[in-house]
Amino acid sequence: MAERLCSVGLDVGTTSTQLVVSELTVENQASSFAVPELQITGRQLRYQSEVYFTPLIGEGLVDGAGIREIVEKEYRRAGIAPTDVDTGAVIITGETSRRENARQVLDALSQFAGEFVVATAGPHLESVLAAKGAGATDFSEKTGKRVLHMDIGGGTSNLALIEDGNVMSTSCLNVGGRLVKFEEKDRITYISPAIKELCKLNVGGTATPEVLRPVAQLLVEALEMAAGLREVTPLLEQLSTREAGAAPTPPKGEVVISFSGGVADCIETRKDWRSFGDLGPILGEEIRKSRLCQGQYRLGDHTIRATVIGAGSHSVQLSGSTVLCRNAPLPLKNLPVVQLSDEEQSLASEELARLVQVRLAQQDTDSVLALPGFSSPGYERVTALAEGLSRGFGGRPVYVALEQDMAKALGQAMVLRLPKDRRLVCLDSLKLSPGSYLDIGEPVGPALPVVIKTLVLSANG
Amino acid sequence: MNKQELTAMVAEILGQMGLPEPMVKGSDYRPENPGPVQKDNGFREGDFVPDVTALDLRKLYLQENAADKEGFARLKMKTPARLGSGRAGPRYKTLTMLRFRADHAAAQDAVFSQVVEDFAEKNGLIPLKTRCKDKEEYLTRPDLGRLLDEDSEKMLKSTIPAAPRVQIVVGDGLSSAAIQANAMDCMAAIKDGLTARGIDTGKAVFIRYCRVGAGDAVGDVTGCELVCVLVGERPGLVTDKSMSAYITYKPHTGVSESARTVVSNIHAQGTPAVEAGAHIAELIETILKKKVSGVGLHMEVGK
Repeated sequence: MAERLCSVGLDVGTTSTQLVVSELTVENQASSFAVPELQITGRQLRYQSEVYFTPLIGEGLVDGAGIREIVEKEYRRAGIAPTDVDTGAVIITGETSRRENARQVLDALSQFAGEFVVATAGPHLESVLAAKGAGATDFSEKTGKRVLHMDIGGGTSNLALIEDGNVMSTSCLNVGGRLVKFEEKDRITYISPAIKELCKLNVGGTATPEVLRPVAQLLVEALEMAAGLREVTPLLEQLSTREAGAAPTPPKGEVVISFSGGVADCIETRKDWRSFGDLGPILGEEIRKSRLCQGQYRLGDHTIRATVIGAGSHSVQLSGSTVLCRNAPLPLKNLPVVQLSDEEQSLASEELARLVQVRLAQQDTDSVLALPGFSSPGYERVTALAEGLSRGFGGRPVYVALEQDMAKALGQAMVLRLPKDRRLVCLDSLKLSPGSYLDIGEPVGPALPVVIKTLVLSANG
Repeated sequence: MNKQELTAMVAEILGQMGLPEPMVKGSDYRPENPGPVQKDNGFREGDFVPDVTALDLRKLYLQENAADKEGFARLKMKTPARLGSGRAGPRYKTLTMLRFRADHAAAQDAVFSQVVEDFAEKNGLIPLKTRCKDKEEYLTRPDLGRLLDEDSEKMLKSTIPAAPRVQIVVGDGLSSAAIQANAMDCMAAIKDGLTARGIDTGKAVFIRYCRVGAGDAVGDVTGCELVCVLVGERPGLVTDKSMSAYITYKPHTGVSESARTVVSNIHAQGTPAVEAGAHIAELIETILKKKVSGVGLHMEVGK
């Protein structure tokens, strides 16, 4: 009794735009004599678009209409209609300036991406999706090895440290193949502001392997530092992207380095330095010679497509299979996460209600309350929590996400304490961190598909 | 063969193998080199021995000189099976042996022990009993465990005169420990779930020496539309506290086993009791709506 979901991934990168269509298989993994347990058991890539250059208006802005044309054309080629799409993700990556008009791009896509669970950008999610799309998380889970995955794209490198198949931390560096571009007669046409002060190149100057190589070496050094293979200097900080927060903390101990992104294709295969009119081939060559490739390293199962495949196949996860959803208008998008700690959730009902009220009042939109929950709780525990939460939410829609398997019992207990028409979603088996956002899709059997994001576009962005 | 003959035979076999005769009398035994001085193991007279059953088997990895200890430990977290237990010569290690025997004893205890005397009274359940007169008879006569004794029938008729839609039955079954650990939390969740759905449940009953089929007898007497029997599962070595719910639409003596819908593995490491209860409440609603349980329900829902 497998259910299939059609999932679309769209990656609008600094340089390239791609689209994939995946088919996710959802199956009940429990025996027919037990409580159901739905899981995503298969992720089949159904269609990959060609790699387009991201259509731009001028140097900074993405051309929404151009993206729309690409999506329209690729949907036709893939043989899918917008109504066939159950879930998916639009990832708009690259330097900050490009994101400024991300909202317009999404608006232009609304007819195609309207039912998408997620529409987002942000270096953390990109890193996670690239690592998953490249198969780095699977590799780590199968071998038990720690992996540092680097998705080296046009403008940025998204790093993800993986242990036992779980992404432990992410970071983002301004290291990419298209930080320098040159045209036919080797005239340099573009130098990214991120590295302008770090190199001696000038727009209008002549590109030669001799002048490009030192730039590439500098970038590779930053990657080595991030991998804990070179002593950290201020360079690492200089090359860290602003929105990713602090510079990456180099992992201690042994890690397998894993590569994806367009530059990954230039690591083992030597390409003519002029192939793309950018730094990519030389950067790849330098990576091959660097400390990054001296220990164990691997190229991703997918390289330039890793992020888009991640977006298409790995952005969505399932809640637990015993959950409760009533009157809620699904899909719900961009619910900010408000966190309760272990101690806070154990407060007496009245105190808990007050605390929840205060926490929710700090948010100006509907929010989801995330708490650890209790492992195999007694029913009194459940009713006490239900009492505190239903009072704490006041007149707001009640959206709750727990880690422990108890959402249906809690939800049901809240039903008895709330007005009949109140919106109520109570999910479990979800670990959310503060500062993240949750999208909730339409149910798949008894479970609900969700996407956990770390950054959303501001409404007026 | 008596003990002396056996000892003689072992001695003879060992003799043929060219080994020294085993020292059967402790007083004869003098080690050639005095062994290392016994280290102080921290235990004092009157201390409790550490509880071997408190150890989490998933984390207990006893293999020495492992090539990839962390790797094995990761695999072990996925299963309660007793893997990576190492060995002492050709045998189990003492800890493995003790734990195995402790778990086995707990399983046996769960079968042979009684649900506490005042269980029904304390939890507001109607106390009933099947025709078995004790645990021994319960174990040897499954047929009697499916029938209510005369007093119980009378009691049931007088306390539940009108037929309820849903009758909840708690039965000790093969694990009293399972019932004491899970039944009341699970039932509370079922009741709240049914109340939220506007479904009425009668007063719940507790049946001592109960087989699943005793629910059918309750159906005969009360005329309920659906019976939900919470019963202790046959214990295994992983847990002695696993409970199942057997839900039967239109229960009556002789109803086919295929007409039962089962939710099994209700325990702290399986499906938590309260969460199972919430699930069961929804299942009951579906069964009442479709007017069929068991295999028939699968066919109906599969349509």
